[in-house]
Amino acid sequence: MRTSTLLLILATMAIVAFMLGRQRSIAAAGGYRSIRKLHSLPKYYGYYTAIWCVAPGLVAIVLWLAMADALIVRTVVASLPEALRHAPDAQLSLIINDIKNMAAAQFVNPNRGAEFAVAADLYNSLHQSARWVLSGLIVALGLAGFGLAWFRLSPRFRARNRVESVIRVGLIVASMVAILTTVGILLSVLFEALRFFQKVPVSDFLFGLTWSPQTALRADQVGSSGSFGMIPLFAGTLLISFIAMLVALPVGLMTAIFLSEYASASMRAWIKPILEILAGVPTVVYGYFAALTVAPLLRDIGSLAGLDVASESALGAGLVMGIMIIPFVSSLSDDVINAVPQAMRDGSYGLGATHSETIRKVVLPAALPGIVGSALLAVSRAIGETMIVVMAAGLAANLTANPLQAVTTVTVQMVTLLVGDQEFDSAKTLAAFALGLVLFVVTLLLNVIALRVVNKYREQYE
Amino acid sequence: MGNLSQSRAQTLEKVRASLALRYRKERRFRFYGAASVVFGLLLVILLFGSIFGNGYTAFWQTQMQLDIYFDPQIIDPDNTGDPKIIGRANFAKLARHSLAELFPEVSGRRDRRSLNALLSSGAGFQLRKMILNDPELIGETLRLWLPADDEVDMLVKGYVDRTLPQGSRRLKDRQIEWIDELAAQGRIERQFNTAFFTSGDSREPELAGIGSAAKGSLFMLLITLSLSFPLGVAVAVYLEEFAPKNRWSNIIEVNINNLAAVPSIVYGLLGLAVFINFFGLPRSAPLVGGLVLTLMTLPTIIIAARASIKSVPPSVREAALSIGASRMQTIFHHVVPLAMPGMLTGAIIGMARALGESAPLLMIGMIAFIVEMPSTPMDPATALPVQVYLWADSPERAFAERTSAAIIVLLVFLLVMNGAAIWLRKKFERRW
Repeated sequence: MRTSTLLLILATMAIVAFMLGRQRSIAAAGGYRSIRKLHSLPKYYGYYTAIWCVAPGLVAIVLWLAMADALIVRTVVASLPEALRHAPDAQLSLIINDIKNMAAAQFVNPNRGAEFAVAADLYNSLHQSARWVLSGLIVALGLAGFGLAWFRLSPRFRARNRVESVIRVGLIVASMVAILTTVGILLSVLFEALRFFQKVPVSDFLFGLTWSPQTALRADQVGSSGSFGMIPLFAGTLLISFIAMLVALPVGLMTAIFLSEYASASMRAWIKPILEILAGVPTVVYGYFAALTVAPLLRDIGSLAGLDVASESALGAGLVMGIMIIPFVSSLSDDVINAVPQAMRDGSYGLGATHSETIRKVVLPAALPGIVGSALLAVSRAIGETMIVVMAAGLAANLTANPLQAVTTVTVQMVTLLVGDQEFDSAKTLAAFALGLVLFVVTLLLNVIALRVVNKYREQYE
Repeated sequence: MGNLSQSRAQTLEKVRASLALRYRKERRFRFYGAASVVFGLLLVILLFGSIFGNGYTAFWQTQMQLDIYFDPQIIDPDNTGDPKIIGRANFAKLARHSLAELFPEVSGRRDRRSLNALLSSGAGFQLRKMILNDPELIGETLRLWLPADDEVDMLVKGYVDRTLPQGSRRLKDRQIEWIDELAAQGRIERQFNTAFFTSGDSREPELAGIGSAAKGSLFMLLITLSLSFPLGVAVAVYLEEFAPKNRWSNIIEVNINNLAAVPSIVYGLLGLAVFINFFGLPRSAPLVGGLVLTLMTLPTIIIAARASIKSVPPSVREAALSIGASRMQTIFHHVVPLAMPGMLTGAIIGMARALGESAPLLMIGMIAFIVEMPSTPMDPATALPVQVYLWADSPERAFAERTSAAIIVLLVFLLVMNGAAIWLRKKFERRW
């Protein structure tokens, strides 16, 4: 019996329980005309019965999914011959894997003997019987829960309050997901990163000047030093983000100023959505645009000027990333500029200042904290951006400040380390998680600072 | 007094003298603003122009008209009628025979091979499918349109420079002559490229399509929507209506704001470590992709849903409470339905983001080469933006065209979704 069948059974039980519970409450009140005697509407009695009927079964399914396989594997291992049972951990996991494969009839390892076929059969039959036990358990629990609810139902029973408190618990559990996600991110990244730091010292990782993650397979291999210094990656990330901000900040800010201070309402209604299209374009499209259009263009311009521009230059990736961030900067600054009270502008006009003088000397200084905050948010966005740099920036970790050369970034290396085959015991794969940890911490810090700055500023004028 | 009026006159003079300069500055400042707006608009045009200009031709595919004789000698020499034997026959040979009949003067192995290279390797598959569907056709001669090779396609679409010396292009002079001859006979035509929408990935550009990638994206979006929308609404309802203002709810709130700004690639790491390594879900499966995208879009949906709940005026709640509704009834019968348009708008925008996202999907292995259509969310699949990424790396000119075409399809979906969000907002927006 498959899990989906079990869920279907549960759903049917819920519907039946709902109808019966509702019927019973009406009957207990003495017919449909006198349901006023009930504490709650009849449907709440139905919900109450259905919840009692289904919830224990659901818990059983979840527990079963979480634990059954481990229990069954343990039983199977216990039934294996002495020699196999006491194999070292790594070998044992291989043995278990082979048994599972044989059980699923996917792949039969010809080197394994007859005891494996026996074990696979045992595994299958245990699974089968566990399924039957589970189905029986679900039905039994459902009937028991239903019975319990059935005998509790009476006209004075406060069914609505019970149902509502269940819903409330559900809401609380749902909002735990947000926290669980953060915990999940932190734990998964931290756990693998700690394993990485057991192989590579933290100081080598944080302050090392060379990045070449090719670890040696053999001891005497040449050129596979496997050094994991993240400084070149971080320098590359910062270089590309800096170029991006050089494009996005002036253009985004001036756009925001023009739209909020100079443009007419109808003009704004047209231009804003068009510019926001830029924010909705998937980053892979920007990456393709950078690789296909911008990089060759830069190379042609460079060769005209006698400069040698790398085909995956930091400049190309940075420019396109800047284009991506323009709408982000402009919409955030737009909010901030609009929040500056009109009275401040009027005061400045009253003293005879021109429009641009008012903007530069009054509005912008007043809005400065907010603008700084949105710039920080934009930087954090640029640092975490992946697809543009994967497609348009290089792979070689050069430590350079020359924007015409190719540099690589933290995100590019994470993608190259994790795409393809992964071994979760090699420093190479684990390094991606260490980089992820750095990325997470840096963007988190930037966001916390930026949000704090923006909020503080908002409070001043509201 | 005289002193004062004198100084006032001086000030006036100074102001007047500086006025021209100040107005010039004003005009310059205004020009900078207008210039950056124009710059932004130009970028939109450049981006869309370059992609549309590169990609629109991929919606047509060059086909070759051939008279195919379904030779029983080749398809089923022993006349068994067994689909297994028929399925194994060399159908490409049928097309090659027909092509050779058109050019009887071509002889020699090399020449014949370069003639055969004009046909796509997909021609054989198409014939095989026809015969398997209708074995009655064996022994008949039909005039059929078959896909041409991608190099022919590029030449017909005008991407190949005929004036280049033979060595620096992929088609030889003789091949171009043949193509011209076929075209003169009306046997070469550009037809609408349905295969692009229905088939999976392929190493041959003329056979590659976005069908399986689109289906993978569809599975992921369905999973994402069905999980993140109810969850997001539940969290928003709890935070807005029930949560006591204490440290816990404060932590949850800060948490959600920060999650909204976590780089998407970090969600990919989460998916890899938790869903694949810990829970043992299959790699490259839309199920895992959908779960990762759910976590990624959840903050967006929560924030939109909270704003939307907040905008429902308290008088609605008070009215419901005053006629005896419980808090739960007030919220689920009145507040949530009134806030629904705003929540849906947020959900659609979140879905649009999820549809365009590719970085976390690379982490969980959704960049496999997928030919088959995924039939369940547990099958290996890829997604539209990832397909764009994969094709962007291919060297063939024809793949560049297809990459742009796939982007056009993706952008059309996104524009439709965002348009729907705007329409919803306009239609149901209420000022209380």
